Amino acid sequence: MASMLLNSLRNCPVCPAWAVQSAARSLSTTVQLQAQVQTKSKKTLARPNVKNIVLVEGVRTPFLLSGTTYSDLMPHDLARAALQGLLHRTAIPKDVVDYIIYGTVIQEVKTSNVAREAALGAGFSDKIPSHTVTMACISSNQAMTSAVGLIAAGQCDAVVAGGVEFMSDVPIRHSRKMRKTMLSLNKAKTLGQRLSLLGSIRLAHLSPELPAVAEFSTSETMGHSADRLAAAFGVSRVEQDEFALRSHSLAKKAQDAGLLQDVISFKVPGRDIVSQDNGIRPSSMEQMAKLKPAFIKPHGTVTAANSSFLTDGASAVLIMSEEKALAMGYKPKAYLRDFVYVSQDPKDQLLLGPTYGTPKVLERAGLTMSDIDVFEFHEAFAGQIMANLKAMDSDWFAQTYMGRKSKVGTPPMDKFNLWGGSLSLGHPFGATGCRLVTTVAHRLQKEGGQYGLVAACAAGGQGHAMVIEAYPK
Amino acid sequence: MCFPLLIFFFLPHQARTHVSYELKDDVAVIRLNDPTSKVNTLSVQMQAELTEVMGEVWSNGAVKSAVFISTKPGCFIAGADINMIQACKSSEEVTSLSREGQKMFEKIEKSPIPIVAAINGSCLGGGLEFAIACQYRVATKSRKTILGTPEVMLGLLPGAGGTQRLPKMVGLPGAFDMMLTGRNIRADKAKKMGLVHQLVDPLGPGLKPAEERTIEYLEEVAVGVAKGIANKKVSLTKEKGFMQKLQDTVMGLGPVRKQIYKTVSDKVQKQTKGLYPAPVKIIEVRDCKGVKRVFFFCFFSSNFGKLAMTSESRALIGLYQGQVICKKNHYGTPEKEVKKLAILGAGLMGAGIAQVSVDKGLTTILKDTAVDGISRGEQQVYKGLNDKVKKKALTSFARDTILSNLSAQLDYSSFKSADMVIEAVFEDINIKHKVLKEVEAVIPPHCIFASNTSALPIKDIAAASKRPEKVIGMHYFSPVDKMQLLEIITTDKTSKDTTASAVSVGLKQGKIIIVVGDGPGFYTTRCLAPMLAEAVRVLQEGVGPKRLDALTTSFGFPVGAATLADEVGIDVAAHVAEDLGKAFGSRFGGGNVDVLKTMVEKGFKGRKSGKGCYIYGKGKKDKSVNPDAEEILKKYKLAAHPAISTDSDIQYRLVSRFVNEAVLCLQENILRNPVEGDIGAVFGLGFPPCLGGPFRFVDSFGAERLVGIMKRFEDIYGNQFTPCQLLLDHAKNPSKKFHK
Repeated sequence: MASMLLNSLRNCPVCPAWAVQSAARSLSTTVQLQAQVQTKSKKTLARPNVKNIVLVEGVRTPFLLSGTTYSDLMPHDLARAALQGLLHRTAIPKDVVDYIIYGTVIQEVKTSNVAREAALGAGFSDKIPSHTVTMACISSNQAMTSAVGLIAAGQCDAVVAGGVEFMSDVPIRHSRKMRKTMLSLNKAKTLGQRLSLLGSIRLAHLSPELPAVAEFSTSETMGHSADRLAAAFGVSRVEQDEFALRSHSLAKKAQDAGLLQDVISFKVPGRDIVSQDNGIRPSSMEQMAKLKPAFIKPHGTVTAANSSFLTDGASAVLIMSEEKALAMGYKPKAYLRDFVYVSQDPKDQLLLGPTYGTPKVLERAGLTMSDIDVFEFHEAFAGQIMANLKAMDSDWFAQTYMGRKSKVGTPPMDKFNLWGGSLSLGHPFGATGCRLVTTVAHRLQKEGGQYGLVAACAAGGQGHAMVIEAYPK
Repeated sequence: MCFPLLIFFFLPHQARTHVSYELKDDVAVIRLNDPTSKVNTLSVQMQAELTEVMGEVWSNGAVKSAVFISTKPGCFIAGADINMIQACKSSEEVTSLSREGQKMFEKIEKSPIPIVAAINGSCLGGGLEFAIACQYRVATKSRKTILGTPEVMLGLLPGAGGTQRLPKMVGLPGAFDMMLTGRNIRADKAKKMGLVHQLVDPLGPGLKPAEERTIEYLEEVAVGVAKGIANKKVSLTKEKGFMQKLQDTVMGLGPVRKQIYKTVSDKVQKQTKGLYPAPVKIIEVRDCKGVKRVFFFCFFSSNFGKLAMTSESRALIGLYQGQVICKKNHYGTPEKEVKKLAILGAGLMGAGIAQVSVDKGLTTILKDTAVDGISRGEQQVYKGLNDKVKKKALTSFARDTILSNLSAQLDYSSFKSADMVIEAVFEDINIKHKVLKEVEAVIPPHCIFASNTSALPIKDIAAASKRPEKVIGMHYFSPVDKMQLLEIITTDKTSKDTTASAVSVGLKQGKIIIVVGDGPGFYTTRCLAPMLAEAVRVLQEGVGPKRLDALTTSFGFPVGAATLADEVGIDVAAHVAEDLGKAFGSRFGGGNVDVLKTMVEKGFKGRKSGKGCYIYGKGKKDKSVNPDAEEILKKYKLAAHPAISTDSDIQYRLVSRFVNEAVLCLQENILRNPVEGDIGAVFGLGFPPCLGGPFRFVDSFGAERLVGIMKRFEDIYGNQFTPCQLLLDHAKNPSKKFHK
């Protein structure tokens, strides 16, 4: 508790009065918790002299297994569909938006600023500047928090943020040697020079370079790292399969119950209208047990069934200052409150972002774990989620690696990813962040909670967490 | 009701300290840990407990398979217990030790239940022989996991069946390579070779420290494998590929095998010049297919026993132990750890020192006076690291991270935060004084000034210092990244903390360290100088560089004397000869210094200038005798004395001057003990390793015999061959030995 007080003070130098207040409230929470009373530490996270920033709407295209219906599109087509869906849902005039930011990971070289291409194609005014950000699996989180920053700084009032990933087509390059030869060929002046360059091409030059979901710093693929992480925390194969099954079952339930309202229908040119995610496939433990490990052979535990799959998809959210939203007659879905980015060892703690991010953002907001009604964690691998849960439940880990006095504590499973997650809905790297935030907003509305927490890990050993507050009804 | 009884049954009869085991379902997990040492060795105690535990495991019908694992971090079994072999007085004793080991391993090999060796950390020598006697091997892919048979480096052979089992596993050529070079093999290579069946990735931290959890994980995987083998789900025989089958068939042919043995023998003969008996015996032991197994093992054990009693093996074991001693800091923990190191001069030495420093995480400044110099120096560091990347010993990312520790600059900015400055500028006392004064004006009070000089006395350099207690000598050897030795020189005024700091930096750089007293040429250069002076005289007497090289290498020097002079640099040699000649007078005479000077004048500075005694081409081995250098030698021709010019006389003329000077260094307290003397001579100057260093050479050769030879030379050449008092003392009293 003392450390929490210190943290609040440190993080909020401009409003010490508030910090003391929050600490006092936190203190009282502990007492209340002991008395088993479920009241919040704080009624709201609104702060004097700080702009309230709201999520007005969030949409996404259906997330599809890569290589299926979207396979002939380009990334900006998907992003365009999400943007058009957002325009349609909000009916916002095309020139009111001040700025557009998109997140993406594997970039199509032709549309490297995919935000701009998609915005133009979606019919937004060509006077709206747009840029693209990349931060691995938390790229669209970065897009949203950039938007929050722009609004908080008074630069903008309405920003569209989103993310897109298109794994059906990835840039496969010529080998470095071949590229070098081809570039020299461009500069060659005489026929002789050209012929000698062509003659220098060997068979080995023709082998292509494929992009891999691997760390540049360690050359380790993410699945391999996830398997080691699971082993480090003693997560068994059965635990992972169970969690994956849970994700698929919950997603299926949510889909059937029509809870996934953020999904828009998308008429794919030359194909049918797509209106549902197609990766949700609840199986059985027996069937999942049959799969062989995908990365560490033969004794690994991460399989195709307990990992998120390669996905095509795009998402978009409209973020505004509360004043502007109300002035335009919108009913916001939620407040976007405190957020943090964390980073750690990209080798042995690659996917532990949620463990590091969760306590940090809660302390920043002056909340405790029990204040959170809705948890939405990004599920990269079932093993990664289980490892994070175990890390959050370990005093030793908290003391040794996080400089904390005691463990973070684990989210209760009856509040955790109740509408499925990346394992079942799919995980278009750049687009997942917006899905998480929108889902929290929708779940808060549906379940009647006050605070939600988003947490995600990302390649490079980075992580993100954000607190979302329900908008009063 | 049965449970308590069962548990009682599995309790050990008496307290075992090294080996314990528990049952995990039907798998017996046997854990090794020697509580008395940092590493596990196959000591008498370990072997006895192992035998006892195995007896219990085999007699327990409930056990279907077993796993061997070490609970010691970073070490499976590091080998046999060297002390145990050393304690043996006769070859018979060693033979029986070896036979005991073989018996145990043979039992393991023929075990009725499958045994899995779970390897994490060093698995060397007897440890590897133990592992390959098991039916299956799982190893962690950790950097610390190394497999190998380093016996040859101690003048021994793999004594417990390794010579027989290894070829079956990795093929004859692979086995010879391992046994004759003794090199360490990393886990991933071992998997490729077929030495281990399965790899386990090392884990990061989880709910326990990384290392602890990794061992646990390794055990879990190994237990899984053991169960799999027991119920036939895991196959022990790997389907051989076509190439493998072909190779096996070809290797099976008599003439082919013969040819392989012949090729290997020739190669060994060429490299060892018959000075090392172990490699020859290894081939001999291997080359007796068809002899009945029982007889074979007897023959083989006795070979092991004989080898262990050879002076070569004693010498090599002595070096191994000396090296262990010289890899410790005997001067305590320094008050302030050196974190930022500044190096003056980005030449070959300076950049070399920078390379071994950034490598170990030291923040390093490389300062030179010219942009060209810095550029060359930085390139050298980059190349050194990049070569490791090419050999896959380093990732390109790690290389870049390491290089981020290096900053090159032309001025003294940021020297104010340096903890130590090592100067590697030109060997001229005036330049050294100049940089010392410049540096002292900018460094903080605690900063140490170290001089990388090869001959200038440190006290002369320190004379210009305001704080001589912070001045010390750190003599590196070229090329710094390859040569293991660091000679640290202290003056009367050097403080103990300064020494402790220098040693700690040296250890961090991975060096073997000797600490010696101050004086012209310290220890190493001072020993080398008279030998080189003699070499010049030998050359003047008409022995060509090629023959001189042949004579020295056949004595056991890894590099011939003429080549050595080229490597060191003729200019450096001339410099040293002149300086030390002034300091020690006629005793350092012999060859004419003018020979060297004339060569330098003509630009024959050795390998670095492309010409010295030899002319160097582009290729590494491409060299021919430099005719112009021979011209110079003719000009300074001396008449050879027929009485002392046989091949062996020439060899002893060279070696006795080296050895005598080394003993004199001990007599004059430049050296603190013979161990450091031996280590310095072998690792810094390439004194024949099979002789174990000058002091061990005197012990084994006999001081009296050496004095006798020297007297013969003394009669002709005078005081250059006068044995020093300490040597004479040893000659008079044969019971006096440098090494106990």
